[in-house]
Amino acid sequence: MRVRLSAESVHNELVHRVEEYSGQDLMACYQCGKCAAGCPVAFAMDMLPSQVIRYAQLGLVEKLLDSKTIWLCAACQACYTRCPKGIDLSRIMEALREIVMLEKGSHINYDALASEEEADWPQQAFIGGFRKYTV
Amino acid sequence: MKVSYFPGCTLNTTGKGFDNAVRASATAVGLDLVELPDWNCCGATYPLIIDNMLELAAPAHVLVAAQAEAQTLTTACTTCYNVLKRTNKFMREHEEERDRINDFIEAEYHGEVEVKDILHLLRDDVGFDAITDKVQKPLKDLRVASYYGCMVLRPPKEVAYDDPDHPMSLDDLMAALGATPVDFAYKNECCGAYLAVKDTNITREMVYAILRSAQKTGAEALVTNCPLCQFNLDKQQAEMRKRHAGFQPIPIFYFSQLMGLALGLETSDYGWERHYIDARPLVQKYLAAES
Repeated sequence: MRVRLSAESVHNELVHRVEEYSGQDLMACYQCGKCAAGCPVAFAMDMLPSQVIRYAQLGLVEKLLDSKTIWLCAACQACYTRCPKGIDLSRIMEALREIVMLEKGSHINYDALASEEEADWPQQAFIGGFRKYTV
Repeated sequence: MKVSYFPGCTLNTTGKGFDNAVRASATAVGLDLVELPDWNCCGATYPLIIDNMLELAAPAHVLVAAQAEAQTLTTACTTCYNVLKRTNKFMREHEEERDRINDFIEAEYHGEVEVKDILHLLRDDVGFDAITDKVQKPLKDLRVASYYGCMVLRPPKEVAYDDPDHPMSLDDLMAALGATPVDFAYKNECCGAYLAVKDTNITREMVYAILRSAQKTGAEALVTNCPLCQFNLDKQQAEMRKRHAGFQPIPIFYFSQLMGLALGLETSDYGWERHYIDARPLVQKYLAAES
């Protein structure tokens, strides 16, 4: 992918919102890849956790808003625990979800959860899921 | 030792057996668990947007209620533990935001309560040696893999009372009960948690990796301290058998069920009928060997 960079494009409004919501310094990341190596959901992601930060560093947050990855992070905090720079990537993922949902609304298919199959699920799965995927 | 006890939503309903077993076995080893009156849901996730104060109001309200009861608040739900522990730390350290939350819930709380996971209490306040002394029916030769999930380990600076990369407290409890703990690489790997409400195809594969890792060590069962992990690890196995040839189902215990059994307690209300993979044949095998 060829990307033309400029000071304006790198420091755009979406980047600022990600930093503001997450409280994380995106530029602290030096791309060691530990987060991606240890992520238990990486196998199902279309962008690796380390790529999420790299794209954000380059001002390409819009690409992230369309990714599957931000909806697959379960905030297990394995990446944060191992990050040598102390970046809490789960907060960045939450910031990205928030930006999408503030514009487009909740990101959950209620109908798929209404069958008898889900009747015996623990409450905390629903409460946790609804907290993460609804606004 | 008197301790406030917060059951949480799951232990009050689908995890009732876990709850019954926790209360009975904690009492048997000398803990006086007093259920918090009028408790409310903790919110089940810790908010990760830095200025999301509203989602801290519910757990803060629980902490305020606990303050009136006892110095220590405990819970057996690891998610509740994680949320309450982190919220308590937040209330201690962030003065300005604390005032806003206190105004909202009409309280004066500064983080006075000590939040301790039940396993932490059993390890440090009761002591595993003292538990061994009370064992009536040792879980002799039971090869069990201890699975911790995420919530009591991460983020370590805020919640961990054990090594986040190589936790041992559950393994040590199993050894104290006479079982044979086996070490396995995925003991602290996420099971997917609430991702299941989005896509069980993904959580099933996460769980499969965990179960296979345990089975390679010769484990006959897994044991966990997290009610959502127990559900994910247990429930997903039916579909797993269709997708992965040769997969053999394996029972998933709550640690308190095994504790009650080893202590010789009455275990009929421990929720055995709710397991998707029946754990009773394995229990019977050990009880038969014992008698």
